Amino acid sequence: MGMTMTQKILASHAGLSEVKPGDLIMADLDLVLGNDITAPVAINVFKGIHAKTVFDKDKVALVPDHFAPNKDIQAAEQCKMMRGFAMEQDITNYFEIGQMGVEHALLPEKGLVVAGDLVIGADSHTCTYGALGAFSTGVGSTDMAAGMATGKAWFKVPSAIKFVLKGKMNKYVSGKDVILHIIGMIGVDGALYQSMEFVGEGIANLTMDDRFTIANMVIEAGAKNGIFIVDDQTIDYIKGHSTKEYTVYTADADAEYERTIDIDLGSIKPTVAFPHLPENTKTTDEITEPVIIDQVVIGSCTNGRLSDFAKAAKIFEGRKVAKGIRTLIIPATQKIYLQCMELGYLKTFVEAGATVSAPTCGPCLGGHMGILASGERCVATTNRNFVGRMGHVDSEVYLANPEVAAASAILGRIADPTEL
Amino acid sequence: MKAKGKVFKYGNNVDTDVIIPARYLNTSNHQELAKHCMEDIDADFITNVQDGDIIVASKNFGCGSSREHAPIAIKTAGISCVIAADFARIFYRNSINIGLPILECPEAAANIEAGDEVEVDFDTGLIINITKNETYQGQAFPEFMQKLIAAGGLVNSINKDL
Ligand code: SF4
Repeated sequence: MGMTMTQKILASHAGLSEVKPGDLIMADLDLVLGNDITAPVAINVFKGIHAKTVFDKDKVALVPDHFAPNKDIQAAEQCKMMRGFAMEQDITNYFEIGQMGVEHALLPEKGLVVAGDLVIGADSHTCTYGALGAFSTGVGSTDMAAGMATGKAWFKVPSAIKFVLKGKMNKYVSGKDVILHIIGMIGVDGALYQSMEFVGEGIANLTMDDRFTIANMVIEAGAKNGIFIVDDQTIDYIKGHSTKEYTVYTADADAEYERTIDIDLGSIKPTVAFPHLPENTKTTDEITEPVIIDQVVIGSCTNGRLSDFAKAAKIFEGRKVAKGIRTLIIPATQKIYLQCMELGYLKTFVEAGATVSAPTCGPCLGGHMGILASGERCVATTNRNFVGRMGHVDSEVYLANPEVAAASAILGRIADPTEL
Repeated sequence: MKAKGKVFKYGNNVDTDVIIPARYLNTSNHQELAKHCMEDIDADFITNVQDGDIIVASKNFGCGSSREHAPIAIKTAGISCVIAADFARIFYRNSINIGLPILECPEAAANIEAGDEVEVDFDTGLIINITKNETYQGQAFPEFMQKLIAAGGLVNSINKDL
């Protein structure tokens, strides 16, 4: 029987010539990731394992991004514990404040993940690296601890859904709208336990940033992983960021898919996910009642990359944030921050009346730097709009692309950029 | 191995942000986490829950973030078992890895009501609703997972091999 891209990566890392859906396998890991929330739990578990050192100090990545720069004493203690572990174990890829960024933007930028890799991370959005043709998936802290100790993890081989992309996106539509459109169509459990494999000629029309955004949110459809075919753009990206060797896996012609869904990129419109689930999507032209907002956040591992700020800056250029609206701009990494500075975007944001923050997850998970009060509404380029996600249980989060978020900041309500 | 207790019932897509809100994740202390378990979906849960009680929910329980704090909070709060129509996959593997028994059974999820007295047999997957005098057949764990659980979770199973 033919195998999907995902199945091929799993098989090769388990030393098997073939795997099929439902098989339980032990696979070798190319990278194990943790952050300041999940790593402390994992480190405690690690101490209970009879291993003194991590399996490979170059293949563990530790990133203090969620509550860092430390939001309070307890967060400081958690970061201290992770830093202590990183020093004691001589972890190569520990990124201190000043070099760090939101993990899923940072790792590809640092060249730590390439095509064909098998990566686990104690963070659900680890699935982001599927954009590079890697298998990557989120796990918990115990898996992370076991992975750090042994370099292995157990997996149940997933079946897959194939998404065949064709056509080209319209103006003001980007990766975010593609994935929101898909989640709106299949639901938050539409791909439960499955892989989402993205193929088709339309992929050539997606930038790497679009692909990272799409792969980032496959977890919001319940998927185990999302993965893109590798093309010239992927190879250019990998060569531009990494010296690691990569392997390109392609699905067999007779690979089995549970279903195949065709997506015409040209038919997708700017899309907003209403509270409190990413599947509650409406295109901006379907929003009939004005949705008055209090805050806008542009950043996160979903939409905190350079092209996101380039798009937002274009919208803000020569315009002002509406009175009473807080607008937070959070470049996802130090490098992106610097590029935004050099290209003048930061000036544009500040002149428009937005504030610019150091890289952090911050408000995305209701951590710090932009928590919502009861009844407040936020348009965010992040990935989750669950109850209480960004603050008070009675606050609301609307997920959108950076251009819609910027236009909303200017008009004080959810808005399509064409309304400006 | 069996569990028996009173049921707390929830709907579809109970996410890890309501099981344990991120604002409490600045600690990894199990007791502290348990104090806020289910707070944003059921503020009375933590005052009413007793050792051995059971959570029953509909589809996609535990969706969202990978935080192991979620099954840890549930287990530490005293819950002996979670039954759902199905689970989000990271929550599923985290529960197995830390030794929180979880069971998939759409029929039980549809028929059990809040407050029902329920008994679960993990070896067979059989769920008995004592209050309603009904039984439902849940999915027993695959052999691989039974071994993990028998070893006392992933850590103990690794230690055996090291
Ligand atoms: S930006 Fe948000 S979704 Fe991404 S890793 Fe941070 S908290 Fe998680």
